[in-house]
Amino acid sequence: MTDIAHTDHRNPGLTAPAYRPADAPRRRLLSGGNIVTLLVLALLISIPIYSKGFFVFQMTQMLVYAIAVLGLNLLTGINGQFSLGHSAFYAIGAYTCAILVELGGVNYMLTIPIAGIVAFGFGFLFAFPALRLEGLYLALATFALAVATPQLLKLHAIEQWTGGVQGIVMFQDTFDVPVPFGLDMDPGVWTFYLTLFVFAVVYVLAMALVKSRTGRAMMAIRDNPIAARSMGISLPYYKATAFGVSALVTGIAGALNAIVIKFVAPDSFTFFFAILILVGMVIGGVGWLQGCLIGGLAMLYLPNIAEIFDNVVLWFAGLFGFADLLPSGNALQQQFIRLSGVIYGVILVLFIYVAPSGAGGLIRAIVSRVKRLTS
Amino acid sequence: MLITDGPTPVISIQDITVQFGGIVALDAVEFDIREGEILGLIGPNGAGKTTLFNCLSRLYTPTDGDIAFLGNSILGLPANKIAGLGIGRTFQNVACFANLSVRDNVRIGAHSDSRSDPLSDALRLPWVRREEQKIDAVTADLLGWLDLGDVAELPVGGLPFGTQKRVELARALASDPKLLLLDEPACGLNHDEVQELETIIRRIRDERGVTVLLVEHHMSLVMSVSDRVVVLNFGRKIAEGTPEEVQKNPDVVAAYLGDGH
Repeated sequence: MTDIAHTDHRNPGLTAPAYRPADAPRRRLLSGGNIVTLLVLALLISIPIYSKGFFVFQMTQMLVYAIAVLGLNLLTGINGQFSLGHSAFYAIGAYTCAILVELGGVNYMLTIPIAGIVAFGFGFLFAFPALRLEGLYLALATFALAVATPQLLKLHAIEQWTGGVQGIVMFQDTFDVPVPFGLDMDPGVWTFYLTLFVFAVVYVLAMALVKSRTGRAMMAIRDNPIAARSMGISLPYYKATAFGVSALVTGIAGALNAIVIKFVAPDSFTFFFAILILVGMVIGGVGWLQGCLIGGLAMLYLPNIAEIFDNVVLWFAGLFGFADLLPSGNALQQQFIRLSGVIYGVILVLFIYVAPSGAGGLIRAIVSRVKRLTS
Repeated sequence: MLITDGPTPVISIQDITVQFGGIVALDAVEFDIREGEILGLIGPNGAGKTTLFNCLSRLYTPTDGDIAFLGNSILGLPANKIAGLGIGRTFQNVACFANLSVRDNVRIGAHSDSRSDPLSDALRLPWVRREEQKIDAVTADLLGWLDLGDVAELPVGGLPFGTQKRVELARALASDPKLLLLDEPACGLNHDEVQELETIIRRIRDERGVTVLLVEHHMSLVMSVSDRVVVLNFGRKIAEGTPEEVQKNPDVVAAYLGDGH
C-alpha cells in the first residue's frame, strides 16, 4: 500500500528543469502615467492664478463631480455592480454636511469626512438587500432609492432638520464660506483649493485600494464571481464593501457640493442627477478611475456645449432666412431648451459610437498605437 | 515530498450520495486520495464526475455521506473557505479574470493565503505592503515556473486557450494548496498541448509536492499520468486501481464499450 507508484510514472528526464522566476512588476517613479498625473495636478493648482470668479467656481464644481464619478466607478467599473441611485448617497453627504454646519455648529471642513462615514454606513447597509440582486434588478432597486430620497428629505416629520422643500441655506451669518487660518484669500479660490485637496486625497486612496488585494478581489468578482469564490474571496463581504466605499466617496462629493453651492434642497438630488453621474462615468471610461476628471468635465460642460450648438443652429437659421420657421419670443426660449436636450443626446450617441469604452478606452488605444509605431 | 509514510488520505470521500429531485447523481461513492498521488477520475458522460467535483469544491452539498480533508469534514464550510484549507481548483472551460493581467490573475490566486483589509489597503500600511511583497514573490515564482513571464502584463482574455489554461494552473497553485482539483484540463487542447499538460501535471506533483485529482475524458492522458484511477458509471464507483488494473477490469470495459465486448 505504501509504494504509491510515483517512480513508475515519473519521466526521469523531467526532473526539475531550471527556471527563472518572472521579473518583479516594474514600478518606475517617472513612468508616463505619473508624468501626466503631475502635469494635470500642476494645471489644476494653477487655475486660480490665471483665472478667477466664475471659471474657478466651475472648476470647483467639476472637481466635485469628478469625485462623484470616481465613487460610482469604484462600484460599477471595479466591482461590476450597477447603480442608478448614487444621487441618494450624494444627497446624504450634502445633508449631513449642511445639518452639522447649520444646526450642529460643526466646522464645515470637519463635516466632509463625517459625511463620507455616514454615506458609507448607508451604502454598506443598502448593499445587503442588494446582494441578492444583479444587473437590471440591482439597477431597478437603486433607481427606487434615487426616486425615494428627495421625497424622504421633504418629509414633514424631519423638516426641523432638513428644512423640508425649502432645504437649508448655509453660512447665513458669514454670507460666504469662512476662509480659515486667517488666510487672505478669496472664498471662491479657497473652496477650489479645499476641493482640489480632498479630490487628490480621495484619488490617491482610491487608486491604492484598486491596486491592492481588496481591489483585485473586487475586480475578480466583476470578471468571474464563481472563480472568485473558489479563490477564497467572500462575495458578500467585498460586494458590500464596494458599495460602502463607493457611497463614501460619493457622499464626500455631496458634502463638498453643499459647501460650494452653500445651499441644499431635495430637488437638487433627483434621479436625473444619478443619470448625470452615470453619463460622466461612461464618458470618462468605465473601470478607468483616471477618467473621473474627464467625466466631471462632461457633467459640467455637455449641457453647455449642447446649448452652444443650439445657438449655432439658431444663428445659421437666421443667416439663411429660416428664422421665420422657428418659433419666436417666449416660445423660442422653450424651443431652445428642448433643442439643446436633443443635441445633448446626439453628442452622447456620437461619443459612445466613436469611443465605446469612454475616454479611457480611447486614450489607451491611442497610447498603444503610438507605442507600436515607435517600437 | 515523494516519500509517503503510510497511506495518509488527503481527502476521504465517505459514502457520498447526491440526489437531484428523483435522480441519483452519485450513489454511495467512496474512495480516498492519498498524499502525493495523482488520482484519475474517469467515467462515461453523466457518470457523476462533475457532480463529485462540485461536492469537493463545495458548490454542491451531498444528500448523504461526508468528505474529510486531512481528517476534518469540509461540508460545514462555504465554497469560499475551501481554498484557504489548501484545496485549489481549475475549471472545465477556463474561468480566468479576463480583463486582468496574467500577473493579477495569479495574485488573486494567493488571496486565501494572504491578509488585508480595505482600510489598510487604501492607506498602504506597512503590514499590507509586506503581504503584497509576499504575494508578488509567489506570483513571480509561479509565472517563471509555468513559463508565463513574457505575457505577465497582458490581459488574459486575449491569450490563446492553452496559455489561459496555464494561467489557471498558476492561479490555483498560488494559494500553495496541498490538493489540486483539475476539471477536464485537456478539454479543448490539441495533441501537443496535451503532452505539455501531462508534463505540467507531473511537475506539479513532483516539484511542488501537490496531490492531484484529475477528472478527465482524455483516456491516454489519464492512463499515462495517474498513479491510480477511479471509475464511475451511473453514479456508482465500478473500479479503482492502477491504470493497468482498471483497463483490464471487465466492468470498465463494459461501461465504455458496451456489454457485447
